[in-house]
Amino acid sequence: MKRGVHPPENKETALTPIRYFFPRNGAEMVYPMQQHIGTPCEPIVAIGDSVEVGQKIGDSDAFLSSPVHTTVSGTVVDIRTVITPTGRKSNAVVVVNDGKYRDHPTCNKAVDYKTLSRGEILSYIRECGIVGMGGAGFPTHVKLNPPPDKNIDTVIVNAAECEPYLTNDHRVILEEPKQVMLGLEILLHLFPDAEGIIAVEDNKRDAIELLKKMIYSPKVRVMPMKTRYPQGSEKQLIQTCLKREVPGGGYPMDVGCIVQNVDTVIALHRAFYRGRPLMRKIMTIAGGAVLNPGNYKVRFGMSYRDIIEAIGGLKRDPHKIVIGGPMMGISHYTFDIPVTKTSSAFLLFTEKESKIPPERDCFRCGKCVDYCPTGLMPLELNKFARADHIGRFKEYNGMDCIECGCCSYICPAKRHLTQSISTIRREQLAARK
Amino acid sequence: MERPRYTVTATPHIRASDSIERTMYYVLIALAPAAVMGVVFFGLRALAVIGISIASAVIFEALYQKLTRKPVTVKDGSAVITGLLLAMTLPPALPLWMPVIGSFAAIVLVKQLFGGLGHNFLNPALAGRAILMAAYASPMTVAFYTPNVWGSVDAVTSATPLLLMESGVFTPSAPDFLASFAGNIGGSIGETAAFALLAGGLFLLVKKVITWHIPVSFIASAGVLAFLLNPGGVSGGIALYHILAGGLLLGAFFMATDYPTSPVTPVGKVIFGAGCGVITMVIRLYGGYPEGVAYAILLMNLAVPLIDRYTRPRVLGIKKRGA
Repeated sequence: MKRGVHPPENKETALTPIRYFFPRNGAEMVYPMQQHIGTPCEPIVAIGDSVEVGQKIGDSDAFLSSPVHTTVSGTVVDIRTVITPTGRKSNAVVVVNDGKYRDHPTCNKAVDYKTLSRGEILSYIRECGIVGMGGAGFPTHVKLNPPPDKNIDTVIVNAAECEPYLTNDHRVILEEPKQVMLGLEILLHLFPDAEGIIAVEDNKRDAIELLKKMIYSPKVRVMPMKTRYPQGSEKQLIQTCLKREVPGGGYPMDVGCIVQNVDTVIALHRAFYRGRPLMRKIMTIAGGAVLNPGNYKVRFGMSYRDIIEAIGGLKRDPHKIVIGGPMMGISHYTFDIPVTKTSSAFLLFTEKESKIPPERDCFRCGKCVDYCPTGLMPLELNKFARADHIGRFKEYNGMDCIECGCCSYICPAKRHLTQSISTIRREQLAARK
Repeated sequence: MERPRYTVTATPHIRASDSIERTMYYVLIALAPAAVMGVVFFGLRALAVIGISIASAVIFEALYQKLTRKPVTVKDGSAVITGLLLAMTLPPALPLWMPVIGSFAAIVLVKQLFGGLGHNFLNPALAGRAILMAAYASPMTVAFYTPNVWGSVDAVTSATPLLLMESGVFTPSAPDFLASFAGNIGGSIGETAAFALLAGGLFLLVKKVITWHIPVSFIASAGVLAFLLNPGGVSGGIALYHILAGGLLLGAFFMATDYPTSPVTPVGKVIFGAGCGVITMVIRLYGGYPEGVAYAILLMNLAVPLIDRYTRPRVLGIKKRGA
């Protein structure tokens, strides 16, 4: 990767093991039908139905979609529109937790992928509701099924975890390294000609050493990378690992790569070795307002309000709630949001931590150009965006922005560069559809 | 029911601790050694020029912003820098009311009328100097002192080494290099002490306030031209003296790197710096003035938007540079 920034890491939560808690008995568990990129699911249960852990409750016939499962047993009490962690509205199935955790019969059946055809493996991955756990939620079975003309020679496991505060990938590697290796083996079974790279930032020395010890095949290697944000962004990651550039508007498969988040790889392991659909998320909960910061294993469907209660409450009332990392996460106005497949960290910032100084005039220091990992000129794009000069905005490659936030982070004048650029970019992407 | 209010903003949710003020204060710290050496060699008169220049720059900025009902931003330190930089380019024996005219031109005409910090297209301090040069050519070119540590009141006016070189009556010898490195030569207040300017420039590089591109390409291109085009035949010594004497180091580290008036792209910075060096040497060797740094930078300032436009960095995943 070229350029990029290195904000204070604030990764103290890496020191304590992942903790686990059950949702409260009688809690409303909310399962949005849109937890992935693609077509939303339709509910396949009705109000009043009784459901069990791991039961499929939403599905779709669309190609780009991924089914939704329950994470508790109980009764469906409502189907309603809710706000998801991505800030969008989605139809959702609401289940009241009976606290019994009866598993659905489809669960807990290990599947030997070596006896399955490629198509059967992919459809099983789909059936388990597995989507990218890095935050975008792209359905994994689609990502693992590139057109036949794409020759995949590398599978990269993304364990960069470049966002400050976040340590959930770090912890999960330390605690489940074998699962990472076995999960990667499944991926390499799908792409027999590919080599596997586990890419980890070098601020996770212990994880790198541990993974190196677990390597089982000469086709797999661990690649330590310089700690620099946004190292974990797909295009930057591929640039660092393979010195290849994903063409503008293209995908990793265009340069022979498949990139999977490390927790997605573990989800694959859990699906095939334990027969569990995607039901949980490792979540870093941190920030000055949290009483017990750390990493927690959280079942989908829990509300963030219940999570706070389950982990011992708050130190003080937060000033800002961020779902995701501090660079790319989304700030919310309420705790009443369900945890979904695309939820990542949960940061509760105090007034001091969330302070953003007022915007000043650009004095053309050029730092945004010096640090943009994509090679853009954010100061110019900001000007074009604010003046609605769409033509110039595109001419200056504004559509290639990855919205990583480096420019806004580094700007001494505190200009809202990322905000103005992503606003225009998203308007244009929406207009294209 | 009263609901707690949470701040909702666009990404990112954290910001680096850098600020406009910090940048400006770093520049002031970096300029201090050379300014102090100016006072050491040219006496209290130099201190008076510096003081008046800074004070008038700050007052003009505050006054203009008050009158136009804009927020008064003199605390950001940029007016102090403009005043100091202007003073550092002035001869120490200049009548004391002249820096006031220079500051007015720099702050009001060049900076504020175009929109204030970040919106000026010429370097304010150099534009101020250029206006003084045009209006008061005689004091601007002869009001130099012979350096005299803790300069006494009866300081002797003298010509600068560059002027003497231009008229062909002076060829630097070994002690002259040492003198110009220390600052013990005639010249503008802040331009003579090469070691202090280099120390300040290094500080800015270390603090990442500036990048190497402009100073290196500026100094290198001027040095190479001085080496090749010296009227008395190629000479490394003369080239080195051209770099040390006159305003080249002050210009390369502190003037040409002025943010609003220099390119933001790495390639653009190199082109800009090289252009400054070439024009400087063309003026020094073939022009009527002994010194060309100020005009070189001002001319290149005008080309900045064009340079930026055609030196856009290559975008990841896109083959062609620009477009």
